[in-house]
Amino acid sequence: MTTAVEVHDLKAWFGKTEALHGINMAVEAKHATAVIGPSGCGKSTFIRCLNRMHETNPEAKAEGTVRVGGVDIYEMPAVDVRRRVGMVFQKPNPFPTMTIYDNVAAGLKLNGTHNRKILDDVVEHSLQQAALWEEVKDILKKQSGASLSGGQQQRLCIARALAVSPEVMLMDEPASALDPISTAKIEDLIFELKQKLTIVIVTHNMQQASRVAEFTGFFLMGNLIEYDKTEKIFTNPSDKRTEDYITGRFG
Amino acid sequence: MPNRQIGFRRQMTDYFFTGLAAGLSVVVVSALIAILAYLVLRGVGSLNWSFLTQTPKPVGEAGGGMANALLGSVMILGIASLFGVPVGIGAGIYLAEYGRNRLGQLVRFTSDVLNGVPSIVIGLVAYGLVVIPQRHFSAFAGGVALAIMMVPTVARTTEEMLLLVPHAVREAAFGIGIPQWRTTISITLPTARAGIITGVMLAFARVAGETAPLMFTAFGNQFWSFSANQPIAALPLQIFTYAITPYDDWHRQAWAGALMLVILIVGTTTLVRFVFMRRMLGGVR
Amino acid sequence: MASSESSKVSLVSPTREAPAWKKSAINLDSGFKGLMLVAALVVLGIVGLIVTELLQGSALAWQKFGIHFFFGSEWDPVSGGFGALPFIYGTVVSSLVALFIAVPLAVAVAVFVTEMCPKPLRRPISYATELLAAIPSVIYGLWAIFILVPILRVHVEPWLMKYFSWTGLFEGPAYGIGMLAAGVVLAIMIVPIISSIAREVLAVVPQPQREAALALGATRWEMIRMAVLRNARAGIMGAVILGLGRALGETMAVTMVIGNSPAIAKSLLAPGYTMASVIANEFNEATSDLHRSALIEIGLALFIVTIIVNILAGLLVWTVTRGTPARTNA
Repeated sequence: MTTAVEVHDLKAWFGKTEALHGINMAVEAKHATAVIGPSGCGKSTFIRCLNRMHETNPEAKAEGTVRVGGVDIYEMPAVDVRRRVGMVFQKPNPFPTMTIYDNVAAGLKLNGTHNRKILDDVVEHSLQQAALWEEVKDILKKQSGASLSGGQQQRLCIARALAVSPEVMLMDEPASALDPISTAKIEDLIFELKQKLTIVIVTHNMQQASRVAEFTGFFLMGNLIEYDKTEKIFTNPSDKRTEDYITGRFG
Repeated sequence: MPNRQIGFRRQMTDYFFTGLAAGLSVVVVSALIAILAYLVLRGVGSLNWSFLTQTPKPVGEAGGGMANALLGSVMILGIASLFGVPVGIGAGIYLAEYGRNRLGQLVRFTSDVLNGVPSIVIGLVAYGLVVIPQRHFSAFAGGVALAIMMVPTVARTTEEMLLLVPHAVREAAFGIGIPQWRTTISITLPTARAGIITGVMLAFARVAGETAPLMFTAFGNQFWSFSANQPIAALPLQIFTYAITPYDDWHRQAWAGALMLVILIVGTTTLVRFVFMRRMLGGVR
Repeated sequence: MASSESSKVSLVSPTREAPAWKKSAINLDSGFKGLMLVAALVVLGIVGLIVTELLQGSALAWQKFGIHFFFGSEWDPVSGGFGALPFIYGTVVSSLVALFIAVPLAVAVAVFVTEMCPKPLRRPISYATELLAAIPSVIYGLWAIFILVPILRVHVEPWLMKYFSWTGLFEGPAYGIGMLAAGVVLAIMIVPIISSIAREVLAVVPQPQREAALALGATRWEMIRMAVLRNARAGIMGAVILGLGRALGETMAVTMVIGNSPAIAKSLLAPGYTMASVIANEFNEATSDLHRSALIEIGLALFIVTIIVNILAGLLVWTVTRGTPARTNA
């Protein structure tokens, strides 16, 4: 089993507040890893460090090593990192002034691909991967990205992120703003996607974690308390705090 | 993971536009500095006691000042405030407390329209409304013109400030039986007082520098005038009159007058923006 | 049991005589509301008065010239022939020159302040830009006559004539004063308005939009272009049009440097005349009722045009900010 993302002693700050206290984690390639924990435990901060979105906040700082595919992401331009490590956000955020097609193609065009044929192919392929193709194939260039339903918008955002062929996909509570049916569709999607990419998904829904992820990390107050196979975490956790959380004693 | 460098062209484009935006911002700030600097350079030497206390001397004679223009401006602004402030505040109260309806929307819209009317057109209107029936220019006519210009600003600010007062405050008053009118006067208005005063001062500062509407109303005057019913000098008007003449001495005085006007206006605006707004917003929130 | 009904206060009956003090309070309430209503109606009344005054004042000229008033290019108070075309031309051209210069500057400042500049610089730069808005027109004019015009005459215009005369826009003697001078002064005057609205419009773009672009690997400029400027397009257009509205009606600064020549010239270096300027210059010296009426008709045209432009701008800005459009005065 290969490691897609290696995290060594990752610390993160918001201004003077230390939000992550030295995280160590090895994320398995081509599997889904869930990150769970109560509100404010640092899970969003953690994954935002994995694609260097954390530092877009002017007060934010991060230290430590994060290796994706063996290369330290803090030693390369952030812009390049985000091409290899994609992200889907909690609330769908398609570009409202662009058509569905343009939304998906946005990342590619940024990187200089303007060949119509290639764009068409990638857009179709990404939308298929995101299980949205059938629903939008006739309105690709006619409707704006924002005209779709919530669940469709989120799948559009997934397609948009997939179009640049990332190796790792970060998902920050991707289904929390969606209805149950859309949520189920997104979870099915994750099942499919993890055969080709590595997925790290933050979720506050423990059932979701146990449904989609092979590995789970439990965070509490900026620390990674336990990280193991999902099965073990949910049936026989080693740490009492993990047990308290999953049995609902807090959080 | 391939260690590909981000496209050189993309990086350069990023730097270029950042530099361009920064550079153009510098240009804008420089323009401001250029204007203020020259005002000070050219005007400060002539801003002396005789300038502030004497009236204009005939062409050819050196010296003289803009004392009558200063007084004139004060009088005109006084008349303008007398009419413009109550109407503006009243309209603002109406809009905030009673105006969430069609009429209110119409008034709001009209107020914005009025705000955008060129000041010279307002001057023409005041000419027709006041100067023609009275058959002479007057400080009063100038005051009317400026009052018209003050109303929209005062009304909108008053409305905004009143709306900032939480409804809970009014409800508390109603709850103990205070009638609406009393609540507005004794409770809501005082709470919004600082903001309303701010609005009035800003409107005041804006019309204090207006020249065009005074050209056909106050008209200007070389001598002292203490009557509201005669043509009267005003600072911006005097600056204009002097600036377009070929006489160096008058140019010098124009700069002094301009410096004075800018100090008063910019000083008021800054004071209002920074001192009052900060304090007031801190209090109401 | 004796029952006296006269003094019974029924607790269940919904209809009760209001006590005397409450009645007078209600009257005071309506009185107060009425007074405030009057103030609000005065606002409507003022605009009504403006319209009637302008219509009445221009009636004479309208009767004499009709619609051709706006197409004639002869402005001759002596012979009594009045055509407003030169002034319309001057107003339009000077405003366009102003926009050409001001829009890049204003948008650059707005983008710089909202997206790029380090936090401590934000306030000073915004403040400086707003300060420009507080300076009265006549002072801009004064500065322009004595500082700007010589620079134009000695340095800028000869340079333009040397390298850009192929455009046909930069010919003729370099007076310094003229259309270009007016355009430059106007530009400085409208930058603050365009910039402050543009800033508001840019700030309203939701943060997740910016993050979406960044997460795709966009550089900062690419993010601004893709997620911020695109989303704020309509609002920026509104800001520009608002600036145009202000430029159209600007009087003093323009009057002082435009040269006051009622002729239509292709060159930007030639003197010109705007609608506001001719009113300012000629109204008090008007030689006849017809002359005055013609000037008022120009005022009426200016009034209508600025209203339309401002409404258009307001609509555009409103659709983006979905709220009260920003006030544009100091």
